[in-house]
Amino acid sequence: MVRVGALDRKILRDAWHIRGQILACALVVAGGINSFVSLSSVNRTLAASQAAFYESNRFADVFAGAVRAPEPVARALADLPGVAALETRINVRVNLDVPGLAEPARGRLVSLPRERAGGLNALHLSRGRMPAPLSQDEVLASEAFALANRLEPGDAIRAVMNGHYQRLVVVGVAISPEFIYALGPGQLVPDNRRYGVLWMDRKGLEKAYDMEGAFNDVVARVGPGASIPAVLDGMDRVLAPWGGVGAYDREDQLSHRFLSDEIAQNATMARVTPTIFLAVGAFLLYTILTRLVQMQRAQVGLLKAFGYSGAELALHYLKLALIISLAGAALGVASGLPFAHHMLALYAEYYFFPMSPGGETARVSLAGVALAVASAALGAVPAALRAARLPPAESMRPEAPPRFHAGALERWGLRRALGPAGRMLVRHLVRRPLRFAANVGGIAVAVSLLVMMTAMLDGVRYLMDWQFNVVQRDDLQVVLAEPRSRAALDEFRALRGVLEAEPVRLVPARLRHGHHMKRGVLYGLDADPNLRRVVGENGRAWPLPEEGVLLTAIFARRLGVEAGDTLDVEVMEGRRPRAGLLVTGIVDEPIGYAAYASRATVNRLMGEGDVLTGAWLRVDAAERERLFATLKAMPQVAGANLRDASWEQFRAMIDRSVGIMITVNLLFAWIIAFGLVYNGARIALSERGYELATLRVLGFTQREAAGLLLGEQAVVTAAGLPAGLALGLALTLYFVWMLTTQLWRMPLVLTGANLVGAMAAVAFAAAASGGAVAWRLRHLDLVGALKARE
Amino acid sequence: MTAVPSPARATPADREPVFRMRDVSKVYHVGDVEVVALREVSLELYAGEFVVLLGPSGSGKSTLLNLLGGLDTPTRGEVDYRDHALSEGGEERLTRFRREHVGFVFQFYNLIPSLTAAENVALVTEIAGSPLDPREALDLVGLAERADHFPAQLSGGEQQRVAIARAVAKRPDVLLCDEPTGALDVETGRRVLEVLDRVNRELGTITAVITHNASIAAMGDRVIRMSSGRIVGIESNAARLPASELAW
Repeated sequence: MVRVGALDRKILRDAWHIRGQILACALVVAGGINSFVSLSSVNRTLAASQAAFYESNRFADVFAGAVRAPEPVARALADLPGVAALETRINVRVNLDVPGLAEPARGRLVSLPRERAGGLNALHLSRGRMPAPLSQDEVLASEAFALANRLEPGDAIRAVMNGHYQRLVVVGVAISPEFIYALGPGQLVPDNRRYGVLWMDRKGLEKAYDMEGAFNDVVARVGPGASIPAVLDGMDRVLAPWGGVGAYDREDQLSHRFLSDEIAQNATMARVTPTIFLAVGAFLLYTILTRLVQMQRAQVGLLKAFGYSGAELALHYLKLALIISLAGAALGVASGLPFAHHMLALYAEYYFFPMSPGGETARVSLAGVALAVASAALGAVPAALRAARLPPAESMRPEAPPRFHAGALERWGLRRALGPAGRMLVRHLVRRPLRFAANVGGIAVAVSLLVMMTAMLDGVRYLMDWQFNVVQRDDLQVVLAEPRSRAALDEFRALRGVLEAEPVRLVPARLRHGHHMKRGVLYGLDADPNLRRVVGENGRAWPLPEEGVLLTAIFARRLGVEAGDTLDVEVMEGRRPRAGLLVTGIVDEPIGYAAYASRATVNRLMGEGDVLTGAWLRVDAAERERLFATLKAMPQVAGANLRDASWEQFRAMIDRSVGIMITVNLLFAWIIAFGLVYNGARIALSERGYELATLRVLGFTQREAAGLLLGEQAVVTAAGLPAGLALGLALTLYFVWMLTTQLWRMPLVLTGANLVGAMAAVAFAAAASGGAVAWRLRHLDLVGALKARE
Repeated sequence: MTAVPSPARATPADREPVFRMRDVSKVYHVGDVEVVALREVSLELYAGEFVVLLGPSGSGKSTLLNLLGGLDTPTRGEVDYRDHALSEGGEERLTRFRREHVGFVFQFYNLIPSLTAAENVALVTEIAGSPLDPREALDLVGLAERADHFPAQLSGGEQQRVAIARAVAKRPDVLLCDEPTGALDVETGRRVLEVLDRVNRELGTITAVITHNASIAAMGDRVIRMSSGRIVGIESNAARLPASELAW
């Protein structure tokens, strides 16, 4: 049974008396706990679900491909030291004709393990059944692809398999640890309508591709303590005679890379955002409690005279902090959990794997409550100690009048420029420099949160605009099923509706420099390309060197390469030629690991003639539909990426997450700004109510008195806004650095609209909360000012 | 019963009253309790006079002063300042009235701690019509040399004199002082009263002083005694005693 003693009743009534400030502080704490609970539980759920799915479905550690290796080679691979389990597969690119889609879709057709029950990268069947053994027309469709195209078991699609049209019946829908995030070649954002993964019986696939008794793909798990580089080397060696295209580990596995990067970024946010909030919350609590103790000096003295100990009084004030932090934690958890749920739902649209929050939400919620209490204690303890240390006799006397002096600023001549009101303001600020600085810092934090968040969104938009409007000026990217001679380009040019066609020779390659090695794509482009250009950060298009390569900055940094160095290029295709190429320039492109050379250079490296693997087309909009139909029917065309479709896809993804991100961050920034200014003004009113009432008696209008009261908050806000821009820049730089993954380099984009908007939003919140306090001036007790002494 | 003042020598019958209160009552509600602070009080104040309000706590002196100073409005009855009806004034009109015509002196000085003596005075002169120079006002209370001191650097009596300088610097028509010596020792209190006397004589400001201290009565033109919300007596002094000669 809880007995509420008189002292506890006092603190409850004290809390009720300053409920506005308590609410403001609790909201800030709630913001911190909301972000902690939502981000952490999303993060833990993603990480735990990833680990669980990888484990239960035996996600491979190592991946390798070859042109065609006879099955017995598998034995040699499995015998490599460190390999614990190994599986061979048929894995081919395929062109798909999806009902209701004008342009051809692309996909990957992967063989099911011979032993259906076991196997690496095991599938999780979510609907339907497995394809019948030996069947050549039954497939499983990836959940993402099925969902985007509304495919249900029983539906049929057409595929161009080995140059022939084949009707495939979707008998089931599945997810795989290998394709949690499915990104088609050339895509920057998943387009699940136009790219999908299908699985088929091994025998059926062998027949369709003349691969009986052979394989072209290997996945393996390594044993504990095995050296992955050694396994990769071994596999390369074994597969080299069979057209091996290079083994790689999870780090280079696209789906894993994206998901892991996402989890890592999320973890950063889960640390930074709550820290900011809880620091502001602790500061607010410190000011509230310090003021309360100061106002209640006489009461503290009285209680001590009655025999209460310092510890009891400290505890008394700590209870108020406990009330605030628990209220904030409750609100934060209650709002954070649904928000986490919403975020996970958003993730589920792009990442396909079983996400089960499990015990994580309960653990994170408890941790959130503990965090709220701990951060509150940080702010509350110094104030509580002050109460504990007040000598009883002294605390019964009113506090000595505060001492002021004319500061250095005034001696420099500010004095003449300021009226008495201005001087009051300056002296109040100068008298408590730490409080002033902390308030300014808080406002700056609110501004910086908005600046950073908007900069991130603008950065992604910039990146995409760069990719789709500056670098790529095509309408359509056509990928050939295999390298073809220049005649193929002439064929494209001859097609009705094609206005311009530009060839490309793409080869996957390993680039080495010193002890660094990284896989990437080597582009062979026209000497002075127009539809797919190589553009540096300053907007200058680079001509392709006659000899040598241009390297993206992100690639160059990873390899430790500078212009003038020679790069060891090993092509992972065909005869796998290897040669040294001179790096003639570093291009500050934000996206990806790419090396650019002239097509002639690549052709020469490959020891082939005038050959291309694809083309960029500019097409007549009126002829688009017809052109798609024609391209779909061309067996040599392996696929087509539509610029508009990619752009649309990207915009849809951004728009879906932007709305909620902006709302949440704006809310967060407002809560911080409101909490700080409201609390600051309330404390100023409490400290100077007597003074203001005196001025009102002397004939100052309400507006003039409000001006004096809020002047301080106005100065704090005015100083905080530009400081917020500086902090925003720092925070943005930090996030740019944190969010630069192996695949992207986040650009730093700070627009005037962002900076002005962030300041305006915070100024608005500050003005609103200041107004709320100024309204209280109506109730100032003017008569009381004549009599009462604080 | 209403006490009607008899015209005193210092307030010749041919003079127009500056303040006129007629049948003024003031009722406060404190929680569920109704407190009658003033009961049908009528009073007139004349230009240049020095009035001392005497009475025990709760007799209604402060309420009377607040009504005269435009800090409050009566529940019933009328308060007029020249041709302004203060009883009908809205908050804005009352603020303007205080700003233009009234000087207040408080028991606890109520100086702004972050402003120097001169700046405390300037606070008021800056919003007044034709004020004294702040230095001049401080000179009047004998504190010209302390002009740049902050309140924390001044004694209680000095602070109260700054408060008086602040009150008179706007050349108010009336100076209202609520227990101006209440927080001061005898000697300091006497000096403060001397300043009030001097301001009244030199500037001709109507001065009303509330006090518990009956010995101060001798320095007023008229002494108004109050009890239980009523004026129970008004005496006129044949001659005003200088503050220095008051028997404390």
